[in-house]
Amino acid sequence: MKKLFSTQIVIPVDSNSVLQGALEVKHLLEETIRTYNLASQVSVVETGALGIYDQGVVLAVFPDDVYYGNVTPSDIQEIVTEHLLKGRVVKRLAIDRSLSSRRMVEKETGKSQQKIVLRNAGLIDPQSIDEYIARDGYAALAKALAMQPGEVIQVLTDSKLQGRGGAGFPTGLKWGMVAKEQSDEKYIVCNADEGEPGTFKDRLILEGDPHSIVEAMAIAGYATGAHIGIVYVRGEYVMSIARLKKAIADATAYGLLGDGILGTGFSFNLEVYRGGGAYVCGEEFALLESIENQRGEPRNKPPFPPQRGLFGKPTVVNNVETFANVPPILLNGSEWFRSFGTPSSAGTKVFSLSGDIVNRGIVEAPMGTTLRELVYDFGGGITGGRHIGFLQTGGSAGTVVSERELDVPLDFSSMKTSNVSLGSGVILVASEDVPLLPFLAEVAHFFWHESCGRCTPCREGTLQVKTILDALVSRTADPAALQRLSRLMNTFTNTSFCGLGQAVPLAFESALRNFPQVFEQALAASHVPEASAESV
Amino acid sequence: MKSLEELKRIKEETLKAMDLRQAKDRGKIVVAMGTCGIAAGAKDTLMAVIDELDKAGVHDVQVVQSGCMGLCDREPTIEVSMKDQPSVIYGDVDDANARRIVREHVQGGQVVAELVIKRGNL
Repeated sequence: MKKLFSTQIVIPVDSNSVLQGALEVKHLLEETIRTYNLASQVSVVETGALGIYDQGVVLAVFPDDVYYGNVTPSDIQEIVTEHLLKGRVVKRLAIDRSLSSRRMVEKETGKSQQKIVLRNAGLIDPQSIDEYIARDGYAALAKALAMQPGEVIQVLTDSKLQGRGGAGFPTGLKWGMVAKEQSDEKYIVCNADEGEPGTFKDRLILEGDPHSIVEAMAIAGYATGAHIGIVYVRGEYVMSIARLKKAIADATAYGLLGDGILGTGFSFNLEVYRGGGAYVCGEEFALLESIENQRGEPRNKPPFPPQRGLFGKPTVVNNVETFANVPPILLNGSEWFRSFGTPSSAGTKVFSLSGDIVNRGIVEAPMGTTLRELVYDFGGGITGGRHIGFLQTGGSAGTVVSERELDVPLDFSSMKTSNVSLGSGVILVASEDVPLLPFLAEVAHFFWHESCGRCTPCREGTLQVKTILDALVSRTADPAALQRLSRLMNTFTNTSFCGLGQAVPLAFESALRNFPQVFEQALAASHVPEASAESV
Repeated sequence: MKSLEELKRIKEETLKAMDLRQAKDRGKIVVAMGTCGIAAGAKDTLMAVIDELDKAGVHDVQVVQSGCMGLCDREPTIEVSMKDQPSVIYGDVDDANARRIVREHVQGGQVVAELVIKRGNL
């Protein structure tokens, strides 16, 4: 008999929900559906994460459009007998899906939001190449192959797409630089070493829509003349790696990777490289060194990777989110892409919301969305109805700001104009109950731990910053501590070897600027211990 | 190795299967699936409704199951609520009647008068 499903239950299975028992829930759900003879009417589909991270295992029932949160195996019987059999929503488990940016933006502006990067995440089964194809997957690759490589790069350049890893380098320009180089071999590398504390967007993309990266990298290969691509994934992302590998295998079986793609003369192969979990390996040269089996340390610049990258060959290095933007831009055109965002920054940004916020998770919002909209509209406000203490934007290597900055529109120019960094899209919210200095000390410990040690300013400087912050926390700082801290910040900015060291001051400088009273009070309350006072 | 045409075919076939994952807003057909409904053949009714919608290519009407609504002697019953119209409850909806209701009411916009139990919300 032909299966005529009338209901579909979507269960997001990602590395988060698996830990909370998503697979058990899924198996029990399927079993219970069979027990009640509903298997011909109700299908269960696995998808990537919906971006809801604090509701445990989530089930979405379609076409009813009902979402259940914190589902445990003991709830399954009730969901099946009440909802599936009798059509009554189990109210005690139903969740308001207000984190879904679609809903939110509809409410605010009356128009539904176009998702670009997360167009498929949570909607398709990430392990089904057919479902990706159904959502116009690989149509952009087919379109690109019918164009000249230069035309593909021109579309990217006109779209004003900028790198989403934090630095915002124009993607079209980068691809053009690699295309221009004469070389027997070129490489396309995807930076999936998502290591910035508070960022978890790349994982959602890799787990929820791995084919979008495979397709985009093949397009990059065609545009620049490269035939080999490598995805560098941080080692902890086990599920990202597994799903990428499956995507690569399926695409190869369909002839969408390999030799003579879609009957053209273009060949492209992809590999996955598993990183070791060092923060520095998110720096592009350290990442390339790591692929070459060297210790992950930055190289001197210039030459930059587009001239001399992996194994000394011209190399494109782009972030996961950057690549995920490429297929829709090729399909819909550069003008379409520029219609989202601000004059300085086209498109959308995927934000990772965490901390003392009601809806923690991932949202995709147009460039130029303000912190207030992100925290209160998308994020649902501060937990327990408290006030904001401080916010960190952009990651640990990002700015610490106060409530005064809530109305700053976040885009690539917000750092220059308002001293609020966009970085990789981290929005970490701390309520008024969180003390600032211990938080900053923790950030300092992180940098000290992760400094690769290649250059003195970063290796020794992070130790000094950590010591000063610890002293402020324990109220044992000496009177000159703040002056020393400011001097250290200049040293980082001016003399660090790579971008990571240069970015260390962001958090501390901004905290000093926005919360000077916190530092002054700590200093005023400090008593230098006898022994160390003598030794100074 | 797939050609472009094959990709298009995969797309169309898979889209049909994924169609259920959209919220549907043109209307809703509720099939009463209480013990009495099922005993009277509501499962066949449900399958007929789904099949007829599928054949007609109607993808924006939800099909939902519910419990008994207290009209046990007229089972199987279904309730058709199209957007912006009062809902209609039909009784004695067997396979053939179900198909007729989908064709005439859902697609044609004409209530099948002789099967109506009640118009408007209960």
